[in-house]
Amino acid sequence: MRAPSSRGAALGEVLLAVEDVSLSFGGVRALTGVSFDIRKGEIRAIIGPNGAGKTSMLNVVNGFYQPQSGRITFKGQVRRGMRPYAAAQGGIARTFQNLALFRGMTTLDNILAGRALKMRRGFFWQLLRYGPALQEEVEHRRRVEEIIDFLEIAAIRRIPVGRLPYGLQKRVELGRALAMEPDLLLLDEPMAGMNLEEKEDMSRFIIDVNQQYGTTIALIEHDMGVVMDLSDRVVVLDYGRKIADATPDEVKRDDNVIRAYLGEPHGTST
Amino acid sequence: MPSIDPGLDTLPKLLIHNAAALGARPAMRHKDLGIWQTWTWSQMLEEIRAFSVGLSELGLKRGDKFTIIGNNRPRLYWAMCAGQALGATPVPVYADAVADEMAYVLAHAEVTLAVVQDQEQVDKIIAVSDRLPHLGPVIYDEPRGLKDYDHTRLTALRDVQSIGRKKLASDPECLRQWEAGVAAGKGGDLSVILYTSGTTGRSKGVMLTYENTIISARNANAFDHLDQNEEVIAYLPLAWVGDYIFSYVQAYAAGYCVNCPETPDTVVQDRREIGTTYAFAPPRVYENVLTLTTVRMADASALKRRMFDFFIAFAGRWGEKILDGEKVPLTVRLIYGIGNLLVYGPLMNQFGLSRIRVAYTAGEAIGPEIFRFWRGVGLNLKQLYGQTEASVYISAQPDGEIHPETVGKASPDVEIKISDSGEVLFRSPGVFAGYYKDPEKTAEVLTPDGWVHTGDAGFFDRKTGQLRIIDRAKDVSHLNDGTVFAPKYIENKLKFFPNIREAVAVGAGRDFVCAMINIDLTAVGSWAERNNVVNAPFQELAAHRRGYEMIARHIDETNRSLSEEEVMAGAQIRRFLILHKELDADDGELTRTQKLRRGHIIDRYSPLVEAFYNGSTEAQIATEVTFEDGHKGVISARLAIRDLKPYPARATTMERAA
Repeated sequence: MRAPSSRGAALGEVLLAVEDVSLSFGGVRALTGVSFDIRKGEIRAIIGPNGAGKTSMLNVVNGFYQPQSGRITFKGQVRRGMRPYAAAQGGIARTFQNLALFRGMTTLDNILAGRALKMRRGFFWQLLRYGPALQEEVEHRRRVEEIIDFLEIAAIRRIPVGRLPYGLQKRVELGRALAMEPDLLLLDEPMAGMNLEEKEDMSRFIIDVNQQYGTTIALIEHDMGVVMDLSDRVVVLDYGRKIADATPDEVKRDDNVIRAYLGEPHGTST
Repeated sequence: MPSIDPGLDTLPKLLIHNAAALGARPAMRHKDLGIWQTWTWSQMLEEIRAFSVGLSELGLKRGDKFTIIGNNRPRLYWAMCAGQALGATPVPVYADAVADEMAYVLAHAEVTLAVVQDQEQVDKIIAVSDRLPHLGPVIYDEPRGLKDYDHTRLTALRDVQSIGRKKLASDPECLRQWEAGVAAGKGGDLSVILYTSGTTGRSKGVMLTYENTIISARNANAFDHLDQNEEVIAYLPLAWVGDYIFSYVQAYAAGYCVNCPETPDTVVQDRREIGTTYAFAPPRVYENVLTLTTVRMADASALKRRMFDFFIAFAGRWGEKILDGEKVPLTVRLIYGIGNLLVYGPLMNQFGLSRIRVAYTAGEAIGPEIFRFWRGVGLNLKQLYGQTEASVYISAQPDGEIHPETVGKASPDVEIKISDSGEVLFRSPGVFAGYYKDPEKTAEVLTPDGWVHTGDAGFFDRKTGQLRIIDRAKDVSHLNDGTVFAPKYIENKLKFFPNIREAVAVGAGRDFVCAMINIDLTAVGSWAERNNVVNAPFQELAAHRRGYEMIARHIDETNRSLSEEEVMAGAQIRRFLILHKELDADDGELTRTQKLRRGHIIDRYSPLVEAFYNGSTEAQIATEVTFEDGHKGVISARLAIRDLKPYPARATTMERAA
């Protein structure tokens, strides 16, 4: 009887591959020739200093931005001109750096909104709330309740999200993304603006999501400490270029990464 | 000694009895995935039996000790009964205990098996497992996060039940053997060991027999006319004797339904959905709810606020009389009825108190205003006094005989006496069987003829005939003239004024009582704003002349109330001052749980104490303080000392409680 000593992540097949992707806005190059892959079942971190292109990368992955060049393969299919809703239907869910919840709606309704893509009955039947539509709603509600239980937010089930503290709103947003039952979950700075306790809670939930639902997770994070504890592999971006791609331990020792984060040491640069 | 039917003298026997007699009635509910799940008595018997047989297959046997750690969840309550059916003794541990504390209790009790709620508790056990040589199987209720753990000693609770169900299905002898095992249990058997968190030293394991708990529970049920129709919500720690008796033994004895909340944070909503009829809460729960109401009312519209204020004031005047069934004018009843429609009813409903028949508060002194408020709006709130060593009940207030300052009359079958030193002693069928593996401590508390020393000082109130608890006996001392001096009692009276945050009463071995007051910055600050007194920093506010006048009025009122109590009349406050800084745990003046460290304070402020007794009207003090960022500094001040005139003692005789 002992706790597992490390996150024994068995790397699966490639779920998503990014090859030589470049993205620019006018003359500004946000991403330059970035390549990496995300494997099934892993927690993949994308880190980098401010303005390194992390969020741009995430937006490319979920179809919000179209890269000028490069190739993205998701579940073995090369993607062309994908839009965000198509990405969502394909099994990619995300949370946002600045929360994007329906503030006037309750926690329950917000998470239920995440099931919208899974609803099969039309608007009319849902309005009637009768027969198959009712059955379907019961089923969706059950899944949502499981998520509420999982994220330990039963106490705020009926509270409008706008009245909740920031840390809890973040958790509701994670709940809504989970409600989509995604194959790939993109988290954009899930711990930004949180205190230590909230960060610890959130880390635990991210690991639990990964273990319990087997969800592949790609997360962007600023906080190096958090990333090192959570992730299986780390991509480091700097000025839109990939400067490292390895395990957390290797990345921590990587000279390029240290330089990117701490700047050039005085007197040694040429 | 009251007798007990040998067919119903253990909890497993009561379970089998209830399953037969009340089969289809609800025994337990748990809100899971947002929906209340119900188990009837016969379903609960099936669940517990399967669990019990499973535990037996895992090796639990008569005489073993096993632990239960977690929140109030049906399966953890079932675990207690499942083990007891085999003749094993549960040793519940506080779910929030740190691993080290837990290790001490589990090692001391020689626990051989653990039933825990979740990963958090499993992790704690793993962390200390090398200190627990006796511990075998660990059973968990919630599998979340435990998938990758080494399962050689770890088993899911549901799997234990399946083991039991398979065994029961495959072996026709098994059911008969299990029932024979239950029948072999006797009322005098050890039913539970509850570790009390001692204020000093290591915690002690209080051993209670089935008879102890079942007779106490029966008496309590009869005292408050509780029957199978009650609904209670289980939300207090499993390891606490109160929960063990309220949510387990009394439920089995009366056949009522115990509801487990969805999570510890949802208790208020869950209580509202269930509509509990019998409730128990420490004073702070009633305080918090009242504060919440007041704060919300402050934001309400002017009309609502006026309506609220009017009816609450009206309830304060008449509510208790109506609750106690006294004669009141018809118009009063009419207005109270309207108030009930507009204010009291909705208020009670908001907090899930609409259907409450009996609500208890215990554990600490409750503020008289808070107590009266709740009774005024129609909540039958009563006080009781109890201890783990008594299987809870020592005294309780009967319906209609409620006084905020007493803890009631001796409970049924309980004898109470006051020792020469003023300590409360009791003797009852609930008296514990001793501290586990600690005959010396047992002998200190339990006399050979069955009396238990409570460690509390108290006396019987002349007016009401009810017991009053004044303080822990060790804190009670005497003034030079022999008057009883109970500092905490006086301080509590002072602290009920919102303007007074802390108070330190001094007087042990002196001629009279003096008090050092800490004002409440929020309350006094808002008073200052409303009364055009400049809102200054703490030190200035504390020294303000009008502030002194206000505090003097509060102390005067306290003195008046002390003068009405024969034992306390001599301990009125003669002199006081207002401290220039807040008492703070960082300076060692309070404990981390915000309790006064009296000895330390008296040392630290010895110049002030001297000034009290040498007649000075001012005193100079310089104290070192630790600021929040850790650096130290010195605050010095000149404090005024005020004199107060004591009231003549109202009581005719000035006897000491004997």
